[in-house]
Amino acid sequence: MSAFPLETAARPEGLRRVVIEPVSRVEGHGKVTLLMDEDDHVQQARLHIVEFRAFEKFIQGRPYWEVPVMVQRLCGICPVSHHLAACKALDQVVGATTLTPTAEKLRRLMHYGQILQSHALHFFHLSSPDLLFGFGSDMARRNIVGVAAAHPEIAKQGVLLRKYGQEVIRHTAGKRIHGTGAVPGGVNKSLTAAERDELKKDVYQMVAWSRDAVRLVRRLFEQDLDTYRNFGTFEARTLSLVRADGAMDLYHGGLRAQHADGTTIFDHVNYDHYWEQISEEVKAWSYMKFPYLKALGSEDGWYRVGPLTRVTRSDFIPTPLADRERREFLAFDDGLAARSTLGFHWARMIEMLHSAEAIKDLLHDDDLLGSDLMAGGERQARGVGVIEAPRGTLIHHYRVDENDQVARANLIVSTTHNNHAMNIAIREVAKKYLNGHKLTEGLLNHIEVAVRAFDPCLSCATHAMGKMPLAVELVDAEGTVVDSLVRGSA
Amino acid sequence: MSDQPPVLVIAVGNPSRGDDALGPELAARLEAAALPGVEVITEFQLQVENALDLVGRERVVFVDAGTGTPAPFDLHRAGPAAEFLHTSHAISPEAVLATYEKITGSAAPESWVLCVRGESFELGDALTPAAAGHLEAAWLRLREICALEPAT
Repeated sequence: MSAFPLETAARPEGLRRVVIEPVSRVEGHGKVTLLMDEDDHVQQARLHIVEFRAFEKFIQGRPYWEVPVMVQRLCGICPVSHHLAACKALDQVVGATTLTPTAEKLRRLMHYGQILQSHALHFFHLSSPDLLFGFGSDMARRNIVGVAAAHPEIAKQGVLLRKYGQEVIRHTAGKRIHGTGAVPGGVNKSLTAAERDELKKDVYQMVAWSRDAVRLVRRLFEQDLDTYRNFGTFEARTLSLVRADGAMDLYHGGLRAQHADGTTIFDHVNYDHYWEQISEEVKAWSYMKFPYLKALGSEDGWYRVGPLTRVTRSDFIPTPLADRERREFLAFDDGLAARSTLGFHWARMIEMLHSAEAIKDLLHDDDLLGSDLMAGGERQARGVGVIEAPRGTLIHHYRVDENDQVARANLIVSTTHNNHAMNIAIREVAKKYLNGHKLTEGLLNHIEVAVRAFDPCLSCATHAMGKMPLAVELVDAEGTVVDSLVRGSA
Repeated sequence: MSDQPPVLVIAVGNPSRGDDALGPELAARLEAAALPGVEVITEFQLQVENALDLVGRERVVFVDAGTGTPAPFDLHRAGPAAEFLHTSHAISPEAVLATYEKITGSAAPESWVLCVRGESFELGDALTPAAAGHLEAAWLRLREICALEPAT
């Protein structure tokens, strides 16, 4: 018997199985399965996401200096996060305990560019169709083209914000993709004055549009407060990095874990020995592990990472506009918005605003043009790098042998941290919206809305044509497909 | 008048995932060939901002690996079309074209999809022999399309 309601049906035999399945392009895939009884009541709801099982094997045996480039090929959507987390871990291996100011600021600039473009893409392209048109609205409108038709300025801003973030990455990483900007111990290039000035030209517009995006999410909450407050909402413990003074810091900090009521589990813990705080549980029904806080055990120790955690559980945001928006978010609806699953979207836009502000500030710092790029020290055999990636805390851990080859690698990606929390969210939605109803595409989309709030990173590094991105099948107790919904192919 | 090269080739794929490297491999050959009037962009996957890369082009060719698609390759015209996805991680050539039209208010340039059949996409694997053969066939066709003569 599972400790978690709806994780495992008491009597699964005879129940109907509904599968919401983004079919794999060429590798693993995520899917949701629902077991329904004869009265259309949900008896079991599970989200399965295939992990990047070959990560470690792919990295092991490589010379350590190749790793920051190789890991970008693990994930096509957040290569910069893997690039920087790997470099942070390998800084320790080369003994660079403190980077030069130029190196750290260039890496931060790259990271904020990544956060900006990722959050812009998620909100404007993926989530805004649901939020602007409604979760159960006509599927034909729920896409970026539908948004562009109804709200052309919003769609255009989304595209240009994304493009700007990519330009920041291109200038700091050296290339549009497969960048090499960060290396163990520092960076291999600084910005030229011309590159800095080119980025400066548009940065104020990016700050303004980011602020508009925060306000847009607020208006969406105001228009349908009950839905936004309650949709898939649950109480969760949290984990994130925070700066020594408690500020939100997406690049570096100590680990902070809190109970749902905000009381401390641990704070400012050095992540060098993260395994003393975090362990991972395997469940037979999922390929993806379930991390938990060791101090609380596997049943009570699950937690949530990502934008909603970072914005609500840091003491302040160190840029003024984002911090003002954070305080308004925390106060809105007596604090309930900041506890809601759809609050992820609001928090994500606050982080986008913070990133735009941070980019603006860095572009006015002459250290970006400096020539002191590398640090070093006594060679170490092991290194751990942790970064707050767009989707949450990302851990890279390497052991390097005497031949400079990676002997062991361990990665815990953001989506893995959120595995249990996402499962809780879909169960909450299933209970509220699907129980007792005949399943429709609109209702099934409610499940996906809950998943999308977390912005999970499915296996995305490969892209090939000829597969359907999403299929939904309703299967009866004998295993016969009685109904199916298939979305357009790529 | 745009100063952009009139032909844009957007090659999509991850060079470390077996036959998904077909797109980047063709892009590398095209860059080495340095054909006049042709710009090459390589991406892990298509995204909304690729719509901005289309501005000022006369012809766009999307090159990608396919699974379960015709061998050695399939070449077809692409037109704008909306799509619905569960993820923000990639969009189709048709959605890029549709996004272009919505944000620029003008018709998308003539666009083609060159889909080269792949067989295996495992992380860390090299091209399969079958895909290597498909690549050779596709390379000849790709050069022809880039010549800006009427493609058929």
